[in-house]
Amino acid sequence: MASNLIFQCPDSMTDAITHYCPGCTHGIIHRLVAETLDELGLRERTVGVAPVGCSVLAYNYFNCDFLEAAHGRAPAFATGLKRARPDLIVFTYQGDGDLASIGTAEIIHAANRGEKFTTIFVNNAIYGMTGGQMAPTTLPGQVTTTSPFGRDVQTCGYPIRVRELLSALRTPAYIARVAVHTPRHVIEAKKAVRKAFQYQVQGRCFSLVEVLSTCPTNWGMTPIESTQWVQDNMVPYFPLGELKVPEEE
Amino acid sequence: MRAGAIHYFAYPITPQTEVAEYLARRMPEVGGVFLQAESEVAASNMIFGAASAGVRVFTTSSSPGISLMSEAMSYIAAAELPAVFVNIVRNGPGLGGILPSQGDYFQATRGGGHGDYRLLVLAPSSVQETVEHVMLAFDLADKYRNPVMVLGDGLIGQMMEPVDFSSVPTPHPPDKSSWATTGCKSRKPYLIKTLFLDPQQSEEHNRKLAAKYDEMRKHEVRFEKYNIDNDCKVVIVAFGTAARVCKTAVDELKRNGLRVGLFRPISLFPFPYEPLHEISETGTVHALLVVEMNTGQMIDDVRLAVADRKPIAFYGRQGGMVPSPEEVLGEIHQLI
Amino acid sequence: MPLVQIEKDRCKGCELCVRACPQEIISMSREINTKGYFYAQVVEQPRCIGCRLCAITCPDVAILIRVNGVSYRFFAY
Repeated sequence: MASNLIFQCPDSMTDAITHYCPGCTHGIIHRLVAETLDELGLRERTVGVAPVGCSVLAYNYFNCDFLEAAHGRAPAFATGLKRARPDLIVFTYQGDGDLASIGTAEIIHAANRGEKFTTIFVNNAIYGMTGGQMAPTTLPGQVTTTSPFGRDVQTCGYPIRVRELLSALRTPAYIARVAVHTPRHVIEAKKAVRKAFQYQVQGRCFSLVEVLSTCPTNWGMTPIESTQWVQDNMVPYFPLGELKVPEEE
Repeated sequence: MRAGAIHYFAYPITPQTEVAEYLARRMPEVGGVFLQAESEVAASNMIFGAASAGVRVFTTSSSPGISLMSEAMSYIAAAELPAVFVNIVRNGPGLGGILPSQGDYFQATRGGGHGDYRLLVLAPSSVQETVEHVMLAFDLADKYRNPVMVLGDGLIGQMMEPVDFSSVPTPHPPDKSSWATTGCKSRKPYLIKTLFLDPQQSEEHNRKLAAKYDEMRKHEVRFEKYNIDNDCKVVIVAFGTAARVCKTAVDELKRNGLRVGLFRPISLFPFPYEPLHEISETGTVHALLVVEMNTGQMIDDVRLAVADRKPIAFYGRQGGMVPSPEEVLGEIHQLI
Repeated sequence: MPLVQIEKDRCKGCELCVRACPQEIISMSREINTKGYFYAQVVEQPRCIGCRLCAITCPDVAILIRVNGVSYRFFAY
């Protein structure tokens, strides 16, 4: 009988069953971060910072020290923590409402100061926890509970491309956008997450990985349809790939 | 820094930016952290992050900045983290001005942020006392694992006075390894959070915090009685700069043989209700005069303490105007 | 022959693994788990090639995979 485990829950992840909806890819992203912490042997000196949003309860799913931040303030928490203890590995895990809306100033200035922590930015183009409102990353024409006639770019402007926004800053950083809606994309995403944490281990620069994610419940689709929607609608507007790497500076 | 606090996150705002300018030079010399944040919102949340690592951390700001920091203060109190906030109050509301005021009394003593939490608030009335209060603030913040505010004003903040550092104790921060998030090596992971979706847990947590504030009420009440003896006719109640002005008036009255004393609250939370109540009970006292640099805020607490035993008069200057001893004398003569 | 173990009660019936499996040997059961979801199950275990795509795409870490051989890169896939 087969005996050697070649796939299991990483040590940096608890065995709690998550509260995320069926097909929500937060779970995959959590696992990628946890696997990276295991692979780089960081669990015992890592402190995560959870946002306000669906992933506020991330602190129940990671097996390392955690802070739960005020909405949008995770980068400031992480700055204070990392400056006080530069030896610790610090990462923030934030959604699009948390990072691209109320926390825009915090993330821009953390990136601009070159704070040596890592941000996992989950972009699912909607506010999940509060029940499907329009987010700064909601696509043009996308219907949400606060854009019932579809996002009108005349009155609400266009979705914010955070990867591009932060890459415009002069301070060296590693900024990439990935997705997790197919296994191949998950494998690609893992490389970026790993690279981001490695830059932090080296104390090299600020690192942020924007991860396109699904929200079947609030998009009103099945999990499978949601992954297709990411491919057909989100990827064209939010192109994938590494846009800024410290080596180029 | 004498308190062992070498982590400072702040944002420029008159009339207290000299602190940041000084620490920008000094902190690197002592291997500390100085960081000018992008806003007071960010600075105060950096305080949360650093406090979680168990280091002594503080910020200084002024009224409008303190408003922006109030959200973080609520989170820091809820998370039971030690931190020190210095508010060099300026006249408000709104953008207001840059002159001294006491218009933030309610904000400080009732907690400017949301939820049932309190700041322990100390109100110095001299540069020497400010030094002592900042030192004390760190000890109290650690003792109660709660944010502590030192409430100065634009005058105290910008004044130069001799300071005797010999009275300043050497710091002994307690061990924080039972909760500080410094990596879960050889222990289970720690979580510092303030989310309590379950009402029972939330109530339990609120009552735990409330018990702490009761402890403060028992042990941390501080005040000064100046020229108050058993045949005082009028007692002035004032704190900070206003109290300083009133002391001059009291001395003047004393020279003229008029029995007037000053009761100066030092801890604004916990407010010294009992000692003030006792004074209002003494037979000879037939009136109290509350002097503040606002339109009347501490007077509410004085009313609570006096509980209608004696009439309470009020004299206030606002907008950065500082009352003069002569004005106080004028008010006293109307009462006597 | 690799063994794919789907923890029945962790599955939320999202079906992402069903689509991910190149051998198309995963399907949804007709019974529900403790949470009321139709859970995923492996219907033709012998045809599994141990590619781990089902586990990689599962949002709930509900799938464990064992093999006789040794995978030289644990996790890093």
